[in-house]
Amino acid sequence: MSGMVEKRGSGYWLTHAGLILGVLVVFFPIYLAFVASTVTQPEIVRPPMPLIPGRHFFENYREALVSGINAPVARMLFNSTVMALGIALGKIIISILSAFAIVYFRFPFRQTFFWLIFLTLMLPVEVRIVPTYQVAANFGLLNSYPGLILPLIASATATFLFRQFFLTVPDELAEAARVDGAGPMRFFIDILLPMSRTNIAALFVILFIYGWNQYLWPLLITTDPQMNTIVMGIKQMFPSGDDIANWPVIMATAMLAMLPPVAVVIFMQKLFIKGLIETEK
Amino acid sequence: MLPLLLLTPQVLVTALFFFWPAWQAVYQSLFIQDPFGLKSQFVGLGNFEFLLGDPYYRASFRTTAIFSSFVTVASMGFALWLAVMADRLIKGSGAYRTLLIWPYAVAPAVAGVLWLFMFNTRVGVISWYLEQAGYDWNHVLNPNEAMGLVVIASSWGRISYNFLFFLAGLQAIPNSVIEAAAIDGAHFWKRFWTIVFPLLSPTTFFLLVVNVVYAFFETFGVIHTITTGGPQQATTILVYKVYSDGFVGQDLGSSAAQSVILLVVVGILTIIQFRYIERRVHY
Repeated sequence: MSGMVEKRGSGYWLTHAGLILGVLVVFFPIYLAFVASTVTQPEIVRPPMPLIPGRHFFENYREALVSGINAPVARMLFNSTVMALGIALGKIIISILSAFAIVYFRFPFRQTFFWLIFLTLMLPVEVRIVPTYQVAANFGLLNSYPGLILPLIASATATFLFRQFFLTVPDELAEAARVDGAGPMRFFIDILLPMSRTNIAALFVILFIYGWNQYLWPLLITTDPQMNTIVMGIKQMFPSGDDIANWPVIMATAMLAMLPPVAVVIFMQKLFIKGLIETEK
Repeated sequence: MLPLLLLTPQVLVTALFFFWPAWQAVYQSLFIQDPFGLKSQFVGLGNFEFLLGDPYYRASFRTTAIFSSFVTVASMGFALWLAVMADRLIKGSGAYRTLLIWPYAVAPAVAGVLWLFMFNTRVGVISWYLEQAGYDWNHVLNPNEAMGLVVIASSWGRISYNFLFFLAGLQAIPNSVIEAAAIDGAHFWKRFWTIVFPLLSPTTFFLLVVNVVYAFFETFGVIHTITTGGPQQATTILVYKVYSDGFVGQDLGSSAAQSVILLVVVGILTIIQFRYIERRVHY
């Protein structure tokens, strides 16, 4: 509804003011976390804490990255990276293969497979945590990267997305490939994959964020601090008793936990929006 | 042979980590187990009967309903307000979009830590200023304040998503419709409520379903970091209860029965979502 109506009225500056207020509300918690990550513990525990950044940025971030509280945050960042990449790439690979099978082949029980995959939409990990944990434990997957990744990579959403896309690819392309004597896998690798590039990239952005931000599953499956991911590791940095939390280090960790996914959203904004609107989930 | 080979990885993962656990949940929900899983006794629907009569479980249902309504209304309302303003701008709405979308990438658990820090009873900035103003904030003891805090933290993380979809919805409304109303002399808010908002209803309905799903299933991190379900279970939503009964309380039969009930809830929400999206395509 933008356009010719009310191009510049009395409301014009009011609109900007309102938006800036909104942006400030959205930014404030992060700004405060940043300030807390640059000051010393005594400055925080004697409220009110300062509202402008201090001079201890390097000190706090070095302490977090190198020693952390239970495990070095550098280690947790590495674990998160492995998990997020594993989940994103794993989901893309298994979904694109199954979508290819479902769209381009006729075989018995094709519809059955399709519905089996579809049903997984209804089973978020939060709902089936105890039995999934038991399965993972039986396979010896506790405190391991496969344990962090595998239970989260089945995805009906990604399969659907590729299926929808493949259905829009003209049949003539597959026929032409067949006439040229190319087998199905040649067609898949030489024609279908290159055509799916933007879809894969958009999906990757969404899935990377999804994988990075997992909380409940890493909480269950990693009992060894060395295997903690950064998002679930922050909570583990709080002392259990009445002791005061080491806020500067915790907030530095929170900033580090936000950095990779936020950078992905900002630098790949177009792909991010495309991915978000297409997956709608 | 080839198509089955292509399907194998997905089918394997799905069978091992989706269908087998789901079946286990149904199976375990019919038994009472001792905490070590050594002995179990068949109780039929006993776990379900117990749950439905259990005041704590009913309270958790109510908590979930209150929590998800507040989260949905708060984050959608604020996002719609921002989107309407951004849409009024001819230039610069892109810049605001960039400034507003990135909190999408902040994990619920991290959002929880950020808000916990601001409202912390000892060091929190906001709680300190509230105290100066004569209000004694203590979400550790006060159930309503605890609920308020998890609602704010959960809604905050959701603003970007709702803003993005509302803005896209608003920009899809043809200018001619709005201009016709403007020529007829309708003022901005009148135009908004009589023309724009009804035309936006497909987006609004879609977001309503998606936000309820979010509040039900994806806010575990917020609750676990801020309140761990307390005080006195005031913020124990259903998903949190599955976790706390299953892992902390080691009551596997009850936890499994709760999982089965949640499976039904997810099923219903998914069907609503899909029937709706189906219509949305034709819209």
